[in-house]
Amino acid sequence: MTDEIILQVKNLRTYFHLDSGVVKAVDGISFDLHKGETLGIVGESGSGKSVTNLSIINLIQTPPGKIEGGEVLFHGDDVLKMNDRQLRELRGDRIAMIFQDPMSSLNPFLKISTQMVETLQLHQKLGRKEARAKAIEMLTLAGIPAAEKRIDCYPHQFSGGMRQRVMIAMGLSCNPDILIADEPTSALDVTIQAQIIELMQDLTRRLGTAVIMITHSLGVVAGMCDTINVMYAGRVVEHGTTDDIFYDTKHPYTQGLIKSVPRLDKPESERLFSIPGQPPNVIDLPDCCPFYPRCHKAMDVCKKQYPPVFKFENGHTCACWLYEQKNAGTVKTATKENTK
Amino acid sequence: MSENILEVKDLKMHFYTGHEGIFGGKKHYIYAVDGVSFSIAKGETLGLVGESGCGKSTVARAVAQLYKPTSGEVLLAGTDLTKMNRRELFAARKDMQIVFQDPYSSLDPRMTTMQIISEPLRIYRKNGLVSMSDEEIEKRVEHLMELVGLSRFFKNRYPHEFSGGQRQRIGIARALALRPKLILADEPVSALDVSIQSQILNLFKDIQKEMGLSYLFIAHDLAVIKYISDRIAVMYLGKIVETAPYEELYAAPLHPYTKALLSAAPIPDPAVERKRQRIILKGDVPAPDRQRPGCYFYDRCPNRKDCCKLSQPPVIEMEKGHKVSCFLYQ
Repeated sequence: MTDEIILQVKNLRTYFHLDSGVVKAVDGISFDLHKGETLGIVGESGSGKSVTNLSIINLIQTPPGKIEGGEVLFHGDDVLKMNDRQLRELRGDRIAMIFQDPMSSLNPFLKISTQMVETLQLHQKLGRKEARAKAIEMLTLAGIPAAEKRIDCYPHQFSGGMRQRVMIAMGLSCNPDILIADEPTSALDVTIQAQIIELMQDLTRRLGTAVIMITHSLGVVAGMCDTINVMYAGRVVEHGTTDDIFYDTKHPYTQGLIKSVPRLDKPESERLFSIPGQPPNVIDLPDCCPFYPRCHKAMDVCKKQYPPVFKFENGHTCACWLYEQKNAGTVKTATKENTK
Repeated sequence: MSENILEVKDLKMHFYTGHEGIFGGKKHYIYAVDGVSFSIAKGETLGLVGESGCGKSTVARAVAQLYKPTSGEVLLAGTDLTKMNRRELFAARKDMQIVFQDPYSSLDPRMTTMQIISEPLRIYRKNGLVSMSDEEIEKRVEHLMELVGLSRFFKNRYPHEFSGGQRQRIGIARALALRPKLILADEPVSALDVSIQSQILNLFKDIQKEMGLSYLFIAHDLAVIKYISDRIAVMYLGKIVETAPYEELYAAPLHPYTKALLSAAPIPDPAVERKRQRIILKGDVPAPDRQRPGCYFYDRCPNRKDCCKLSQPPVIEMEKGHKVSCFLYQ
C-alpha cells in the first residue's frame, strides 16, 4: 500500500426510481483507494455495497437506476463523464470485476479459452497465440492444474471453486489497477473459501493490484483487508483501518455487528448479542440517522438530522452524533466536517 | 439427558441415477448418505456440520422419512420409523418437525400467517389426532407468534409483507405448532443477515429452554454450530468422521478434516487472523458417485498413510463421547 491515490469517490449518489418511490441505494458516499490497498466493504443485504461498485464502473442500468451525482475519479479522470469507448477501455482492462456466482458470470456456451483470449486480444492488443499463452500462464498462476488442457474446457466442466479461480485469472489477466470482488467466496465452502482468499491475496500482492472486497463476512475482511468501509442504508457509517474498526470501534452499528457474530476462538457466552429490529426499507428514507430505531445509544438529535462525518486520527471516520458531544467536551482529536 | 429421543443406526440413502446400456447394465447411484449413526438425547442439540454435498440435508430428510432410506434404522422415541406404514408415520411425525433453510420458498405465498402456522394443527385435527376448537387453534397461533417474537396483529398478513428474518420466525412457529419433541433445523440461519442471524439463534436457544426441545441443527458455519450445539458431528462425503462434545471438538479436534475445517474458518479478529497458520486443503470435495474401498478423505488428507487407501478407518472412541474414524488414532 502506497500513498498514491488511484480511485477517489466523492459524494456518490445512485438512486433507483421505482413505482413505489425512490430507492436511495447509495446516498452520498466518499472514499479513497490507494495503490495496492485492499479495501473491504461490509454491510447487510440492501445496504448498497454492490450498487456502489457497479456505480464505480458506471454499470448502473438506466432506467430504473440513475447516478444522481458525485464524482468517481480514476487517476483523476471522472468515470461518470466518460463515453462508451473510454468506458470499454476502462472496464475489464484497468478495473476488473469478480462476481459472487462464477457460473452465471461465465458464458456457458464458450470455452474458457475463447472467453479469456477475447479479453486479452481486445485490451492488450496481443495476437491470438500470444493471448492464449498469456491465458494459460494466468490460469497456472491461479492454481488450475494442467492449464494448457483445461483451457479448452467449458465452464460446466469446472467445480465452483475452480470456476472462481478461472474468474480470478480472467480478472487479473490484463493486469488491472483495481480488482473489484463482489462476494467472491460467499457461494463457496469453507475449505474452498480459504483457498480462494489465499490465492487472491497472493496474486494481488504480487501484481500490486488494489482490491475492493465486498462481503458480509467480518471474518473475511479481518483476514484480508487493510481498510474497511462499513455501510448501512446506502451510506458509509464508519471507515478506518482494519485494526481501528475492530479494536477502536466507533459506530454503534459496527459495534453491534462485531458483537453479534458467534466466535470460534472464544468460549461461548450464554447469549449472543443481537441488534434488535430489521434493516430499514430504503424507499423514501427520512432525513435522520437510519440506524436510529435499532440503536442502543440513540439520542433525540438522531431522529431529527443525519449525523455529519466526524474524523479521528489515522483516517478513521464515523457518522454518528455520539461524537458531537465528545467533540465539545473531552476528546479533541475529532474534528467536525459536514457531509454536504 | 439420558434418554434418547432420536437414534439413527447405519442410515444409508442412495439415489439411483441411471444404468449403463439400454438393457439394465451396471447401475449408478449417488451415495449421498452412506452409513451414518448418531443419537440425540432429550433436550440436547446435535450440530451437524460439513461442506455442501456432504449429505447433511439428506440426513435430515431421511430422518423425517421425506426420502425412504435405502437401509438403516431411525428410532424416534424408541420406535423405528422406517418400518411404519403411512398412518403410523403420520402419527409419529407429530413429534418431529422441520425448519427449512430458505424462508422464501418454504412458506406458501397465498396463505396468511394465521393459515400457515395453524395448518399443521388443522391437518392433524382432520385426522382425529388433535382435538381443538377453532378458537383454541387461534389462541395457540397467537401464543406461538408472540413466542417467536412476532406481534399477533400480523396474523392476517401474507409472507411477502415480512422480511427474511420474520419469515424464518413464522417457519419456526409453524414447526412448534404441534408441540414436537424434536426439531430438524436444516440451515435455518444461513440465508439471513448477520444481525438477524444472531436474533434467530437466540430464539432457538430460548425456545429450547422453554419447551425442552431437542434439535438436530444443520449448518455449514462452524461458529454458528459451536454456539448452538451440545454435541457436534462432522460429516464428509456421506459419512460422519468425528463426533464430540462442542468444547472438545474445538479445543482438541482429532480428524484431519475437522482440523482443516476449523483452521479454514475465518475469525472476525484481525490480530488473530494475522497469527493463524492455515491448513489449506488441496482440491475439491469429490462427487459421492462411487463407494471407495479406503478412507473417503484420502485424496485431500494432509496426513494420509498407505493403509488409508485400502480399507475403511474404524470408529475409535478416544475419550468419552469423542469418536473419530481415522487410522491415525489406531
